[in-house]
Amino acid sequence: MPVLLQVENMILRMHEDLDRALKKPMHERHWGMAIDLLKCVGCNACTIACKSENKTPPGVSYHVVIEEEIGRYPNVTRRFLPRPCQQCEHPPCTKVCPVNATYRRPDGIVIVNYDVCIGCRYCLAACPYGARSFDFGDFYTAGQTPTVAAYDTAPAYEYGRKHSRTPDRRNESPIGNARKCTFCLHRLEAGMLPACISTCIGGARIFGDLNDPESLVAQAASSPRVMRLKEELGTEPSVYYLL
Amino acid sequence: MRKRLWLLLGIGILAVLAGSVGMVDRIRYGLLHVGYGSPVPWALWVVFYIYFIGLSAGAFLISSLVYVFGMKRFEPVGRIAVFTALIALLTALLFIWVDLGHMERFAEVFFRPDFESPLAWIVWLYTAYLVLLLAEAWFLMRRSFARGASGQGFKSRLYRVLALGTKDGSHEAEERDLRVVRVLGAIGVPLAIAFHGGTGTVFAVTIARAYWYSGLFPLLFLVSALASGGALLTAVAAFVIPNGYQKNKETVLALGRLLLGLIFIEVLMEVAEFLVSLYGTAPSHFVPIHEQLFGPNWWIFWVLGLGFAVGIPSVLLVTVGRRSGLATGLAALISVVGFVGIRWNIVLPGFATAELPGIETAFIEPHLNYIARYVPTAMEWLVSVFAIGIAFILFALGVGLLPLEREAEGAAG
Repeated sequence: MPVLLQVENMILRMHEDLDRALKKPMHERHWGMAIDLLKCVGCNACTIACKSENKTPPGVSYHVVIEEEIGRYPNVTRRFLPRPCQQCEHPPCTKVCPVNATYRRPDGIVIVNYDVCIGCRYCLAACPYGARSFDFGDFYTAGQTPTVAAYDTAPAYEYGRKHSRTPDRRNESPIGNARKCTFCLHRLEAGMLPACISTCIGGARIFGDLNDPESLVAQAASSPRVMRLKEELGTEPSVYYLL
Repeated sequence: MRKRLWLLLGIGILAVLAGSVGMVDRIRYGLLHVGYGSPVPWALWVVFYIYFIGLSAGAFLISSLVYVFGMKRFEPVGRIAVFTALIALLTALLFIWVDLGHMERFAEVFFRPDFESPLAWIVWLYTAYLVLLLAEAWFLMRRSFARGASGQGFKSRLYRVLALGTKDGSHEAEERDLRVVRVLGAIGVPLAIAFHGGTGTVFAVTIARAYWYSGLFPLLFLVSALASGGALLTAVAAFVIPNGYQKNKETVLALGRLLLGLIFIEVLMEVAEFLVSLYGTAPSHFVPIHEQLFGPNWWIFWVLGLGFAVGIPSVLLVTVGRRSGLATGLAALISVVGFVGIRWNIVLPGFATAELPGIETAFIEPHLNYIARYVPTAMEWLVSVFAIGIAFILFALGVGLLPLEREAEGAAG
């Protein structure tokens, strides 16, 4: 079967998994991700999809693809490691928050309450994966071009709420807050896959309910090729990498 | 007020005026113009925050030598130690307040604290400590307020207010108050150890940063606090109290010897930390130390830390400082300045290695740049100057107006 069709099937399959998971009570599902590093081509479509979905400003990137060069010329290869938030089961970032503004939901997603976060950045210091960014109030075009581009002030819909950022209100949330990947929670709740999953051209990313043995992600996570980042820290990430 | 206090006040006012440019920017644009970013989320203001918190804890613990442990030799600096601790605490809190992304939300730590976070703990402990310091300072001075309240001038009117109704200015009453002070001080000692050890714990529990993640860290904080606070107090005793280094020579020399001992313990702990971390090959342990020693900011370790905080003061203290109050005071002053470098090297090397190898080049944008070395911006410096200016003003006013030197028996009336 041609590869393209396989990818298509995967997306449909993950949508079925998603629908099944959403019918369960929140605490019975555990959102997780698996990323097949053999299939990742390092195109950064996931990073871009995340940027455009969450309208993240300069300096805030929920997702990055780490590139590593292996070997010496002329025998060189590259390895890619996409890094969303690992949505740890024991997140070091939530524990240190002095005001409980960031916490892990029963479905496994670590979120930030923008209305409470005081902006101390302790969670940034505490995250072993560099998965958190602070919103310093930067804009791509403010002060650079005669008018501020529409994409700079377009609202984001994180957490199912409309969040607008404008250059003349730099003290308003989410500016001044810690920000992070939410597995596109607002999309999940609308029955859609996270933006980085839908956009992956190589079909390298798998998403779903880890508590559902029938789901694609649960099957991937039980593969013997699986590893998680910095397991020795005991953070129990919900993101699995297939080597 | 005396000339040197006008000098302190003048410096303070100038600093506040200059620094207010930075404060206006800070209020208007939030944290937009800071040099740090997500890869280095804590920087200059956090350095000053732990510096001043350390000065406060150290000065307070040394005051307890007088009021709790009855070491009369340090009596001349007792009141001024408590006052110095108060000003240093307020300065530290100002620094950490301006560092918040949402300054207006600081009270959330009181309304909805999460005590799993050491940061919540220390804010509550700082608050308790602030109340305790105010109470202790008042009990130390209220008889002096009562005695000075009878005149007509501004100072007398101020004392009438501050006395809060206390009329009895007798020395018998003062002795009774000192018993209250003793109890307060005794509560304060574990409190100071807790909040400053706790400040170290904020860093020590971050499993993500191998440089901080060590049981040694809270202890290092305490030793550093005692050494830097001791140095500040020695300098204050020598130079802020009029003719201090001559009048209170014995006290200054004793403080100098204490300082020398504390510096020695500080060095011992740093050496232990450095040797163990440098021995292995794990970058998360090795790189932060190596960066301090040989990185672009090497001078912070070698000049400020080793030279100013530790080296020059030690040499002065074991030579001329053994007999000269002036030399001891100078040694202490140099050491206080140098400790800023030691504080810098507590915070910044924690971010010397990226969380995941390769993340440095994965995504580069303003405030998300692992490769650019952190350099404080003009705005950060100006805000720092503002905060330190406030400290100078409060300190000069306090020293000028408050009875921080205990009057000799029968001298008052």
